[in-house]
Amino acid sequence: MGNSYIAFKALLKGLDLEVILPPPITQRTLALGSKYAPECACLPLKTNVGNFIEALELGADTIVMAGGWGPCRFGYYAQIQRGILEDLGYSFNMVVFEPPDTGFDDLIEQARFLGGGIRFKEALSLFKFAWNKLIACEKLEKAIEFYLPRSEEKEQALAVYRQGLQAIDMAESREEVHFCADQSIQRLKNLSCRNDIQPLKIGLLGEIFTILEPGTNYYICETLGLLGVEVKRSIYLTDWINDHLLAGLVKKSRRKKIIKRARPYINYWVGGHGRETVGYAVEYARRGYDGLIQIGPLTCMPEIVAQTVLPRVSEDKGIPVMTLWFDEQSSAAGIQTRLEAFIDMLQRQKSSYSREVEA
Amino acid sequence: MRVGIPQGLFYVYYYPLWKTFFTDLGVEVLSTPPSNRKIIDQGIAHAVDETCFPVKVYFGHIAELCQEEMDYLFVPRFVSVERKHYICPKFMGVPDMVRASFTKLPPLLSPLVDLSRTDKHWRKEIMKVGRHFTWRGKKIEQAYQHGMEELERFRQLTRQGYSPPEALLVWEGKKLPLPGKGDLNIGVLGHGYALYDEAISMGLIKRLREMECNVYMVEMIEKSYIESRAATLPKRVFWTLGRKIAGSALYLHQQTDIDGLIYLACFGCGPDSLIGDLVKRNMQDKPYMMLTVDEHSGEAGINTRLEAFCDMLRRRRINSESNLPTYGQLLYSLQGSVEGP
Repeated sequence: MGNSYIAFKALLKGLDLEVILPPPITQRTLALGSKYAPECACLPLKTNVGNFIEALELGADTIVMAGGWGPCRFGYYAQIQRGILEDLGYSFNMVVFEPPDTGFDDLIEQARFLGGGIRFKEALSLFKFAWNKLIACEKLEKAIEFYLPRSEEKEQALAVYRQGLQAIDMAESREEVHFCADQSIQRLKNLSCRNDIQPLKIGLLGEIFTILEPGTNYYICETLGLLGVEVKRSIYLTDWINDHLLAGLVKKSRRKKIIKRARPYINYWVGGHGRETVGYAVEYARRGYDGLIQIGPLTCMPEIVAQTVLPRVSEDKGIPVMTLWFDEQSSAAGIQTRLEAFIDMLQRQKSSYSREVEA
Repeated sequence: MRVGIPQGLFYVYYYPLWKTFFTDLGVEVLSTPPSNRKIIDQGIAHAVDETCFPVKVYFGHIAELCQEEMDYLFVPRFVSVERKHYICPKFMGVPDMVRASFTKLPPLLSPLVDLSRTDKHWRKEIMKVGRHFTWRGKKIEQAYQHGMEELERFRQLTRQGYSPPEALLVWEGKKLPLPGKGDLNIGVLGHGYALYDEAISMGLIKRLREMECNVYMVEMIEKSYIESRAATLPKRVFWTLGRKIAGSALYLHQQTDIDGLIYLACFGCGPDSLIGDLVKRNMQDKPYMMLTVDEHSGEAGINTRLEAFCDMLRRRRINSESNLPTYGQLLYSLQGSVEGP
């Protein structure tokens, strides 16, 4: 998922495992995925199937996957994917990390399988290292989201960003990781930035996988940045891990506040991130953002609930909302056109509004 | 006092309970006719494009109901009807979606049905609904008890071979003969609110019966059989209906007298997309057909596919075609699956 691979790679490498990274998501990945996965399944499942096939072709013999207990479909992904890959004749191990259903036994057993004879203390320091890489990546992501629309040399800025990610990936120690990130951010700052302009601000809401993995959302953050729009995402992976896996231990969580914001539009948990999507929509509207874009994989159930409710939020709070669904058939040109149109509209609204104020 | 109950989604599973409960509390129950074209069109107009067909039809029923005068609209929030199992995210958000999609609504009665962790709160929710009509807690409790008895009577009827909508008619006092005997035995799977709604499934069950088939439904199979088969799956299916479908499919697959299985899926349904695939992979030597429906209305297409399926099943019996593989194998190759790595 997006740049998080950098952290996972560091984690697994520390466990003395050889990591085979699936190649970046390409047309072929999606083609493979949609060929073998069930037709109506959502996009992440298809992409994953494509990723796994490509990784198995490169010689991987173990697949690590997460699980869950519903009601979102994600919880059953691993089992379906195993069926697909086994029917295709691949032989491999699949390690599925399930949140404990009846006890912690399975989880510990699977961690042992991956970890070999590693000690708890070593494992903890590995986790810390991977966590730092994740934080560094996100720092850089946030920086590019801020500087890209303001920069006058956008291509250059993107190049710096990519180099920065690479450097973080290579870094061997915690200090180096943060040094790389800070250095890249400094370079971004120095790239003739215009701090006097106030770019449009858009909140990007929606389903976690589509938000985090640029390969499935046609690089929407970069596209928007190149169009001169500052993007704020509703989901950053460190927040998610903090809220869901570490029970809010590492840093202060805003989740409760966001869920409160979703009232009265959504009054109960709807699975996935449906409620958070609506909560962030209200939050961003209050902070005076210019527009909102909701993204998700086609047929995503929680996001459909959110999509139904968002027009009401838009009406009440006076903020334009657009929903984009992604499946294996969307084309970059179509997405680009719709984004441009949405942004033109926002721009016009903003300038006419400011003219009104001046007059 | 009048309460409106749209005839959609879980109506087909719980109507006897709801009806008895409200009637016992002295409330008049107002419902909609079975889905028809007008209702469907209204639903499509009100719901967002991406929702599944049954939810759109449900919206249509609400639009239809809203033309009448009533004091409350009954739109329960179904999260979970048993421990650790869910229905589907859309069901969890139905009252919110309804509130956001309609401008003029009577007050909603939406009790929260969430038994996933504990059934402690459930009693309170029943009381909360009942308190709108009476202050006597005992009366509410009795009404609920009576409702559950009626629900059991209704379920008894489905076990005898009536399809749930037929059973509803019988439960209401109509006399209906049990469906006649045919020569083919076909298991029909799918979410009940789609499968048993004639407008959504395009009369799948009726059509099959007209083609001289005995239709086997999830409701007709002994619960313990379903559960024991479902328990053999590599991972517990965490959707209540999905688990029942998968368990029934595995059970029917083992029965030699069942000729084939049909799975009715809704386009865009989350559980269907995965359970359909799961069933397919476990159905290696039994003919299996997956029908996907949405708001298209091509009845001829459904008819053709059903006729072809039945014809094929009959032919399998009489000549050597019965040796043909049903899934995953090429006709002219004797070994291996179609596509290797």
